[in-house]
Amino acid sequence: MALSAQQIPRWFNSVKLSSFITATQLGKQFQRRGKTLSHGFSAQPQVSSDNCFLPWGFKTYRTSSLWNSSQSTNSSRQEISSAQSALLPSVNEQTQKTQKIPSFDSELSLEALDDLPPLSPLQPVSEEEAIQIIADPPLPPDTFTLRDYVDHSETLQKLVLLGVDLSKIEKHPDAANLLLRLDFEKDIKEILVFLKDLGIEDNQLGTYLTKNYAIFSEDLENLKTRVAYLQSKNFSKAHIAQMVRNAPFLLSFSVERLDNRLGFFQKELELSVKKTRDLIVRLPRLLTGSLEPVKENMKVYRLELGFKHNEIQHMITQVPKMLTANKRKLTEIFDYVHNVMSIPHHLIVRFPQVFNTRLFKIKERHLFLTYLGRAQYDPTKLNYISLDKLVSVPDEIFCEEIAKASVQDFEKFLKTL
Amino acid sequence: MEGSEEKALTLTATSVPSLTNHPLVCGPAFTSLKVGVGHRLDAQASGVLVLGVGHGRSLLTDMYNAHLTKDYTVRGLLGKATDDFCEDGRLVEKSTYDHVTREKLDRILALIQGSHQKALVMYSNLDLQTQEAYDMAVRGLIRPMNKSPMLITGIRCLHFAPPEFLLEVQCMHETQKQLRKLVHEIGLELKTTAVCSQVRRTRDGFFTLDDALLRTQWDIHSIQNAIQATAPRVAVELEKSLRPGLGTPAAPPP
Repeated sequence: MALSAQQIPRWFNSVKLSSFITATQLGKQFQRRGKTLSHGFSAQPQVSSDNCFLPWGFKTYRTSSLWNSSQSTNSSRQEISSAQSALLPSVNEQTQKTQKIPSFDSELSLEALDDLPPLSPLQPVSEEEAIQIIADPPLPPDTFTLRDYVDHSETLQKLVLLGVDLSKIEKHPDAANLLLRLDFEKDIKEILVFLKDLGIEDNQLGTYLTKNYAIFSEDLENLKTRVAYLQSKNFSKAHIAQMVRNAPFLLSFSVERLDNRLGFFQKELELSVKKTRDLIVRLPRLLTGSLEPVKENMKVYRLELGFKHNEIQHMITQVPKMLTANKRKLTEIFDYVHNVMSIPHHLIVRFPQVFNTRLFKIKERHLFLTYLGRAQYDPTKLNYISLDKLVSVPDEIFCEEIAKASVQDFEKFLKTL
Repeated sequence: MEGSEEKALTLTATSVPSLTNHPLVCGPAFTSLKVGVGHRLDAQASGVLVLGVGHGRSLLTDMYNAHLTKDYTVRGLLGKATDDFCEDGRLVEKSTYDHVTREKLDRILALIQGSHQKALVMYSNLDLQTQEAYDMAVRGLIRPMNKSPMLITGIRCLHFAPPEFLLEVQCMHETQKQLRKLVHEIGLELKTTAVCSQVRRTRDGFFTLDDALLRTQWDIHSIQNAIQATAPRVAVELEKSLRPGLGTPAAPPP
């Protein structure tokens, strides 16, 4: 009697199933699991190894619950896991078996009802039988992390091997659910092939997908149309790959939206087509980000800081990041550079990198140079120090060449500020 | 499972390759670090700020209870008065300062130090009639070991070039705002007005500017080295301050 009970799990074990986490089955099984839980069904050890017979594991659990006896000792789990190490790597593509499941479920339940007399869970079991019971912790029906499912889902495993950071994706619950329900072969593979065609390398796919996991819900045709649109605007293939890499959400934007954005930049900046293209290639974030800060920054440059339009154009082509910089920081830097350091507009236009540096860096270096008496920013006079050398060089070069002092002196001076 | 046909069942522990503990699945191992701050430093002030990391935060309370003095350099500007005693506040009054000389300033500072000396003795709850208390007072070791208002243990003028002057202040239980108010009051005593342009803490207990880390040194190795370098000193000083001795422990290092 007991032996027949043991034979059944072994038979189930020999059935090898492939990616069993399909959308419908997962939903069904988890729901059923939830119901069984709510009926006060305590978590007793059950007959399921981890990646083999999950879908019907629950079902058998319900029907053959009674003979599912007591102790799921750790020892039993370890012994089982050693035996199952042979099973884990061998995940075969047997889709016909998945269709077989419903029929075999019903057969099983009938057989189970006929063959197995109800065993009480309190019935004593010999040591050997206890060891042979496979007892794995059940999969949680809902959880806040993908860790619980990663060993059971081939999709998730392949994504991790690609380099996708699941810990970041699980923070968005709808994205995580989407990934669990997708089938690697059917949906994900096509999009990955498309991305590779575009020019994104294997090692860059991971970071890309971590940022833009929503690309899996896009239609492949739409993606192709968008790339075709970009090519029609004379962006070269390498440029498109670079843009997609730096702005991962680019391909999730519809063609109309991309068109609007490009039109906006063309009108607002009044640059030639080629220069606008170069600008977008250098900073593709402009296309994916909001347009309000750009409009505000343009107004700030024109009205508050008093730059002429051609000056703004020149600065933007050199340092595109100025368009998306924080307004308060821009005004603070400009205030310090123009009023305290007394640098006129035309010099600032020649070196727009000052807007890209931190204010405290500019302050520290300027105060050090004033202390040494070398703060000369007028190009017509002797000992002239250009703004870009002031802000862009690292500390050691600044100290040695420009300030002609040692790094220790600079640090000591900083401690007196 | 298939291999368990034999009579003698053996249990072996093996580990199966699993992705549950892969860093890309769990996320980073260390996500947060608990940092505590010592004596407060204003947004407009600069200087030494003591931070405690992890288990070192408990030492911060010990340091607070040791009631050590702090050193400040305060830069003042004669001739102006503002509402928040800072240079960029709303201007309230302007005055002349030609009559101010170095001697007058020194006299005012000596007056301030004297009055605070009296307050020191009063707040430390010592009976000055005993011989031990008198000895300690002579050596300058008295200070209050519980809450008290701001007390100045020493103040002197380092540099005087009207309208600017530079003071060095040794005090305890202070806030930077009170120091700025002090500058304002010094201006009033000198029959002119003054604002404070810079407050800088040069020493906090036994941490000096030499121990301080600059912004460029805010990385794990410098922080670790700094902690290891100051750990023995911290232990010695805290032990000294916990030693009982008429309620007033050893003086802080100059």
